[in-house]
Amino acid sequence: MIHFVLLISRQGKVRLTKWYSPYSQKERSKVIRELSSLILTRAPKLCNFVEWRGFKVVYKRYASLYFCMCINQDDNELEVLEIIHHYVEILDRYFGSVCELDLIFNFHKAFFILDEILIAGELQESSKKTVARLVAAQDSLVEAAKEQANSMSYIISQATK
Amino acid sequence: MNPFSSETRLRDMIRAIRACKTAAEERAVVRKECATIRASVSDNDNDYKHRNLAKLMFIHMLGYPTHFGQMECLKLIAAPGFPDKRIGYLGLMLLLDERQEVLMLVTNSLKQDLNHSNQYIVGLALCALGNISSAEMARDLAPEVERLLLFRDPNIRKKAALCSIRIIKKVPDLAENFVNSAAALLKEKHHGVLLTGVQLCTDLCKVSTEALEYIRKRCTEGLVKVLKDVVNSPYVPEYDVSGIADPFLHIRLLRLLRVLGHGDADASDCMNDILAQVASKTESNKNAGNAILYECVETIMSIEDNSGLRVLAINILGRFLSNRDNNIRYVALNMLMRAITVDSQAVQRHRATILECVKDSDASIRKRALELVYLLVNENNVKILTKDLIDYLEISDQEFKEDLTAKICSIVEKFSPEKIWYIDQMLQVLSEAGNYVKDEVWHALIVVISNASNFHGYTVRLLYRAVQKSVDQEVLVRVAVWCIGEYGDMLVNSVGMLDIEEPITVTESDTVDVIETAIKHHTSDLTTRAMCLIALLKLSCRFPSCSERIQDIIVQNKGSLVLELQQRSIEFNSIIQKHQNIRSALCERMPVLDESAYSVRRAGSLPAAALSSQDSAVALPNGVAKPSATPLVDLLDLSSDDAPVPAPSQGNDFLHDLLGVDLSSGPSQAGTNQTQKSGTDALLDLLSIGTTPAPSSFPALEGLSLGQGTDTSVSALAGLASTSTTMHATQPSPSVGISPMVDLLNGFGPPEQIWEVNDAAYPSIVAFESNNLKMTCNFSKQPGNLQSTLLEANFINKSSDVYTDFIFQAAVPKFLQLHLDPASSNTLPASGDGSITQKLRVTNSQHGKKSLVMRIRIAYKLNNKDVLEQGQISNFPHECGPESTTFFNGDAVFAQMEEKQT
Repeated sequence: MIHFVLLISRQGKVRLTKWYSPYSQKERSKVIRELSSLILTRAPKLCNFVEWRGFKVVYKRYASLYFCMCINQDDNELEVLEIIHHYVEILDRYFGSVCELDLIFNFHKAFFILDEILIAGELQESSKKTVARLVAAQDSLVEAAKEQANSMSYIISQATK
Repeated sequence: MNPFSSETRLRDMIRAIRACKTAAEERAVVRKECATIRASVSDNDNDYKHRNLAKLMFIHMLGYPTHFGQMECLKLIAAPGFPDKRIGYLGLMLLLDERQEVLMLVTNSLKQDLNHSNQYIVGLALCALGNISSAEMARDLAPEVERLLLFRDPNIRKKAALCSIRIIKKVPDLAENFVNSAAALLKEKHHGVLLTGVQLCTDLCKVSTEALEYIRKRCTEGLVKVLKDVVNSPYVPEYDVSGIADPFLHIRLLRLLRVLGHGDADASDCMNDILAQVASKTESNKNAGNAILYECVETIMSIEDNSGLRVLAINILGRFLSNRDNNIRYVALNMLMRAITVDSQAVQRHRATILECVKDSDASIRKRALELVYLLVNENNVKILTKDLIDYLEISDQEFKEDLTAKICSIVEKFSPEKIWYIDQMLQVLSEAGNYVKDEVWHALIVVISNASNFHGYTVRLLYRAVQKSVDQEVLVRVAVWCIGEYGDMLVNSVGMLDIEEPITVTESDTVDVIETAIKHHTSDLTTRAMCLIALLKLSCRFPSCSERIQDIIVQNKGSLVLELQQRSIEFNSIIQKHQNIRSALCERMPVLDESAYSVRRAGSLPAAALSSQDSAVALPNGVAKPSATPLVDLLDLSSDDAPVPAPSQGNDFLHDLLGVDLSSGPSQAGTNQTQKSGTDALLDLLSIGTTPAPSSFPALEGLSLGQGTDTSVSALAGLASTSTTMHATQPSPSVGISPMVDLLNGFGPPEQIWEVNDAAYPSIVAFESNNLKMTCNFSKQPGNLQSTLLEANFINKSSDVYTDFIFQAAVPKFLQLHLDPASSNTLPASGDGSITQKLRVTNSQHGKKSLVMRIRIAYKLNNKDVLEQGQISNFPHECGPESTTFFNGDAVFAQMEEKQT
């Protein structure tokens, strides 16, 4: 089970956090502090796993961003690396060669995508295409609602209420 | 819409925050944004809810408090439109966790949304429930989720499956409701649903054995077939990961098979073929393939024995171990650790490679490898492995040294074939990484050294050499200082030379040099320096020629700002200067420490701690006197049968006590009532070198006669000296020596308290009488203090020979406090031609409920032969309190004191 997902920039700024196990606000910032000092200092060629508080944190660096996932001792670390890559590929397809700035300004979209990949700390979908389709479908629902809200008839109906 | 609103767009806010150059600037921007959001929330401004929440989430990610946004989430979730719900649920998952009460308010909205006609809204609700559901919510909403497992759209089915995992983890009782629908999911063709269905079944098997039985019986074959299909499936671009079709599904299927095959031969048989196929056919040049192999190996190791498969698995691990990729090596080590229980021989074959991994540049790999090596050690390879590890200790990273040292020490202690090897290895570790060695490790080492009487000389010479080279290794210095203090003469005289040793010439002053360097070295801490002082005291006695120099060194610490050191140096100086006659006895070598007692105490430090706190009730009426929790005190366990048997240690800190250094609480506390707290410092007691008694204990000293001056101090010290001598005897007894303390400090505390002797009130009794000795007691009480009784014991010699070295000892149960004044003499003339008197003060904390009672022991020398007499006094006058029969219950711990006069 994945206990949390963490995206940290090279400078130690948090770009995304998702918690599947209960951590209080205080614990969360402590976890982030501990892990960023642990992971950001590791040399590039080393393995992608660090042991931390009886858990394992699998991380992978993509450009300036570290994707970290915390798992149990007996989980498959190599698979988690694949899950991270899976997420990154889907982000890349969605944003079109994704960069850190995309994730900063559209952090909610990164969350929406993650929610289509993981639930309860478990993998939900192994097909990138399906994830992309589901996210797109929901985006278009939002767009449609917006359009409706901006349409003349809606404004008129609101005004005449 | 308010055109004058100061609201900015989300994008603009993020930009503004990013443009901040300092943290203060950022805080200002965030504060301003929060203020407008709050205002907007209280205005109930619907147009901006969506945007406000998005902003709040961003602010939350930066680590600012955003509690006021929680209710907004709930409002958005309750709104009808999809966009509002989408952002509302996202906010809910981000800003809240399952422990917040607010969460209960959302249960109703969730229930409605789980039944919504729009499947995407159902999806949102399932996702939120799966991520943050509490046990209560899980119970309330389980029926909805269960129903959704059969929903027509696969997107909902897979979400419901994962949501069910959360539910059964939170409420395992609900598992049985899900078994049927979960098993049905295993027949799905849709990968997402199959993936999550397999996962759900795995978790069901973990929480419920019935589910495990059911799925094992109904689904094993089906799962094997599914795995076969996946393994042999043609190229499907949608699921392809570097040439492998859906590795995620592979891995989850293997994991479920592992659970099903574990402990069941039939199920294991059923999956043998496919496991062999996966293990032999999977491509291992990409991470995805290795992930599958890794999972497959683990499954092979967990299911019922099949030697052919095991060989295959171990070979895969061997290949992994020699892989250049660090990740692969890491998981190989990880897997070998689990394989060691199955086939340790096969793992031993890779020992050399594993040992190389301990020296890897990657901390994660080093850590794994070290743990694996630790498991690999046995009696046969301990010497080679330890040598390798110690060699590596020299060049390893600083941050790794601690782990490594701990493991080496543990290996050496566990498998040491002989004492000399143990000592050799430990000294090497101390020289390389003395600063990383834990206290209990070097304490254990000292216990071992103390027991290895053949190697005392060897050890002290080895330490002498080592400490010249590594002055910075604190622990090495401590052990060396202790050994030199104890066995310094063996160093100079080359006593007990072993064949393997090179001859070494050390003069007495060389030896003192070592201690002087240690005490003056800047890195030495309080404990080390205090140990140095003791060592110096002991050396002063062994090397009379250096006595003056030693005194100089001790005197230099007289002005130390650390109270502990100051006190020790003043006391020791006084011993050297004024009390030559007792010094040699005082500086006797420590008795051999009881190994088994120490290990028992180490193993059961928790119960011991509990015990000691209980013991502390037995506080003697002065600051240095300790509750009798030390093993040495237990040796004179008066609660046991008439013949005191040396009891195993249950005391507090055995070795600390013997070393006389319980300074762990640091110099800042020295001089407070630390000794009282630390409780059981036997050696401190013996030498009476604890920190100054706390002010609160001063009144306890009042009973002491300050007028007796140096005579008393001599006598008191003599008493101590005899104690350390008697420690060699079968019934050692520590002195709690309060008087030397006072005497050495030459008299503080108020003048002697006047006791009103009231002979008339209490008749004197014959407390003890044997063929050779008679002891009578007079009683008096202080007016207004009925709890205290003053006893004057009078000893008369009934034989025709003189008794010398006369010592009277007494012990009382917990509810009493005993204080002994020095005896009038330690020589008892023959034939009742004179007597010894000694005053005792007993405070009965349960006055009126329990009566006074006391065990006594009298030791003396008759024609140079030791004589020991003991008895119990329970015939105290009734006025002292009613009779009690509860005195000698087995677990009562007694305090005792002893005195003697020259």
